[in-house]
Amino acid sequence: MARQTVTVVGGGLAGLSATMKLAELGCKVNLVSVVPVKRSHSVCAQGGINSVSDMTGEDDSIELHAYDTIRGGDFLADQPPVYEMCYNAPYILKMLDHIGVPFNRTASGNLDRRRFGGTLYNRTAFCGASTGQQLLYGLDEQVRRAEAKGLVQKYENHEFMRVVQNQDGEACGIVMMDIYTLDLTVLKSDAVIFATGGNGIIFGKSTNSMHNTGAAAARLFVQSGALLANSEFIQVHPTAIPGKDKYRLMSESARGEGGRVWVWGNSAKRMKNPADGELITCGVTGEKWFFLEAFYPGYGNLVARDVASRAILAVTDAGLGVDGKDQVYLDVTHLEPKTQDKLEAILDIYQKYTGEDPRIVPMKIFPAVHYTMGGLYIDWPAYDAEDRLSRFRQMTNIKGVFAAGECEYQYHGANRLGANSLLSCIYGGLVAGAECERYMQSLGKDVLSGSDGAFEEAQAKELAFKQDLFSRGGEENVHLLHEELGKVMIDKVTVRRSNSGLDEALQKLYQIRERYKHIGLSDKGNYVNQTYIFANQFKYIIENAIAIAKAARCRDESRGAHAKEGFEDRDDENWLKTSIIRYQKDLDPHISYNSVDTRYFKPVKRDYTKAVKKKIQVENPPAYVPIVTSRDYGR
Amino acid sequence: MADKVILRIYRGEPHHQYFEEFEFTNTQNMNILSALMEIQKRPINREGKKTTPVAWECSCLEEVCGTCSMLINGRPRQGCSAIIDTIVKQTNSNVITLAPFTKFPLVKDLIVDRRSMFENLKKVKAWVPVEQMYAQSYGPPIDPVHQQAMYKASTCMTCGCCSEGCPQVNSHSTFMGPAPISQVKLFNLHPVGKTLKPQRLRVMMQEGGVSECGNAQNCHQVCPKKIPLTEAIADVGGQVSKQIFKELFSLPER
Repeated sequence: MARQTVTVVGGGLAGLSATMKLAELGCKVNLVSVVPVKRSHSVCAQGGINSVSDMTGEDDSIELHAYDTIRGGDFLADQPPVYEMCYNAPYILKMLDHIGVPFNRTASGNLDRRRFGGTLYNRTAFCGASTGQQLLYGLDEQVRRAEAKGLVQKYENHEFMRVVQNQDGEACGIVMMDIYTLDLTVLKSDAVIFATGGNGIIFGKSTNSMHNTGAAAARLFVQSGALLANSEFIQVHPTAIPGKDKYRLMSESARGEGGRVWVWGNSAKRMKNPADGELITCGVTGEKWFFLEAFYPGYGNLVARDVASRAILAVTDAGLGVDGKDQVYLDVTHLEPKTQDKLEAILDIYQKYTGEDPRIVPMKIFPAVHYTMGGLYIDWPAYDAEDRLSRFRQMTNIKGVFAAGECEYQYHGANRLGANSLLSCIYGGLVAGAECERYMQSLGKDVLSGSDGAFEEAQAKELAFKQDLFSRGGEENVHLLHEELGKVMIDKVTVRRSNSGLDEALQKLYQIRERYKHIGLSDKGNYVNQTYIFANQFKYIIENAIAIAKAARCRDESRGAHAKEGFEDRDDENWLKTSIIRYQKDLDPHISYNSVDTRYFKPVKRDYTKAVKKKIQVENPPAYVPIVTSRDYGR
Repeated sequence: MADKVILRIYRGEPHHQYFEEFEFTNTQNMNILSALMEIQKRPINREGKKTTPVAWECSCLEEVCGTCSMLINGRPRQGCSAIIDTIVKQTNSNVITLAPFTKFPLVKDLIVDRRSMFENLKKVKAWVPVEQMYAQSYGPPIDPVHQQAMYKASTCMTCGCCSEGCPQVNSHSTFMGPAPISQVKLFNLHPVGKTLKPQRLRVMMQEGGVSECGNAQNCHQVCPKKIPLTEAIADVGGQVSKQIFKELFSLPER
């Protein structure tokens, strides 16, 4: 049989991991990316990557890592994938160590670890404060090596436009666009892997890179009927630097290394303690009020992200924001210079963009949209599923289309723990690569036979949409529409959600969808036309925004990142289930629900007020967990 | 804070470049990219005429991706970390000139094609030749001081500022620029990476290699990550000399 070819869309950690895996298994890869892969958004991850270490002397365990992840996600994540990911984390770290990622070291030369949010253990390995960049570079180097061997063909500065399916519905390639010449071309392959990242740009300003529009996954959702899952769960990171162009992340590692969050106290003011609803006095006038430590004495500044973000908003809502504005202090001025050095990369960012030295003056920060927990629905048969080997992990509901990384919904439930994203991207990418190869072997036929006319048809559809956009002569400016869309999403669909607000948001989104029909491109050129490229994406951005708002409107409870006024508690009886979202043309998206696999840990209330280290035992651990870095995974 | 700031942008396509000016209101901590975003939303030039938005590239906006390189008042740097207030104060002028890099093929407006930089990384085999992805155990311990040096070199984001600033990189030369040389040093330091050291050094001996550095030391000045590039060039130069000597006397690889 001829060597099989896979098209990987996206060259961040997940896409590069999948590519590496496929190259090791002898497949050829077309790697498609809107940016040179070395500039993917993974570079922005600062703090680190979680994996249990036996070197810290803390009696940490795989079970505890899995438990922290599941509890952090408010029990919405299916537990088998999380368990296997945590089990594999040390193997992923070993691989990264071998490929030369420059992790920080202890005095004796072993990997150093720091503590991150939502846990009591030091299990986060890191490279200064630019861990994502260093991990991405490590994988980029290995993929470049495979490229030099002729196994990988890169199509950088190319944007995914549409999946092509044969008459049996199996993916057999894509249509892509050269973002300089705007030319539409096709790539034929035996399967497609999506690793297209999150969608923070929907919210206007976020901590995301500018290309994180979510348009690729949304195209799959709208054009091809791919299902989305848990789209309503959007992580708001508690600490970002507000800016005119974006919110710059200030890593959790600043708190992991001892940074403290505070505002000036005010004895005259009272507010509800978000931990228990009791009315409390807002510190002491003239003294620093370390409110996270006051609300959550057990975890202090390292509570889970959703909890920290809501606490900060509660404090600024009470009128305690620094200088009366929406901002609080994040203070690292008391840390030893040696500790500050470990945070050099992020402290430099703060200084560069604000002009103030955070080593001397406390930083001013505020929560910002950060991570997309939901995303493309993927299958994930557990090890003991009877049909385990006839199904494929990480495969979407479209045959032959896999997804990995932030664009899919597994692993994080309703809220992601810090330093689990790099892990899930690499783990998901490797699993997708391995399972994709097994899928191609299982096909026993050439997917291209039976694709007569499919490529021409797909290309023609894209060309027609392009001509449609160029021919619109309305007054609306797509960038200004985006500004409006971002504002309504921030105001009504992030931290403060209510059913009335979400209804208003949906109305506004429908209006934007209508007004979008009347845009006019400010650039009608056929070369490097960035306005056209964004206008094309915007159609899908709107549909994705509607899916997010609709799923949030339907979920009448508060869980993880989704907190709704009037439904303040988690409601396991009615809502311990995964939202599954299907696009319907000219109608609201259809939402149904899947049950959650909670086989290892029974849902309990999240409590970060007490720090209790206790042994966690899984009653029925899997008999066998395959190692994802091994060639035999899933065989 | 200067209220009105003028961006004078050298834009256009190959063989047809021209200046166009845009005026906007400066607000606190605004950077060059946020100004370009404003132009994108309202593409009207200083003469009040409708024009096309300026094409430029950006991605992370936090100076870790290397995308938004451009010449700002003639200096190669990242647009995202160029704070307008600071520039106005330093130059005592409210006119800021933007231009695309000149050492790479022009695509359009502020965008150039930097693919050659990634090709160079391929040439110098900037990777660790691991046998397989699976590993039973961690790699050998690494001294923290050693790690710090590797980390610094590894923060190179292939932005191209060093090449743009280097007088030896020009249309008459094949010099691959400082960045790949620093990567040679990095991978020659790594316990497994150094198995390819002779191969990397042979590339360094060839045309376009380390001997074409003219020691202007601009690279270190303009590197946004302050990577010790001149030190790396000197080191690799030394390694090359030793390699030549070894090969001359056919000494075994070490």
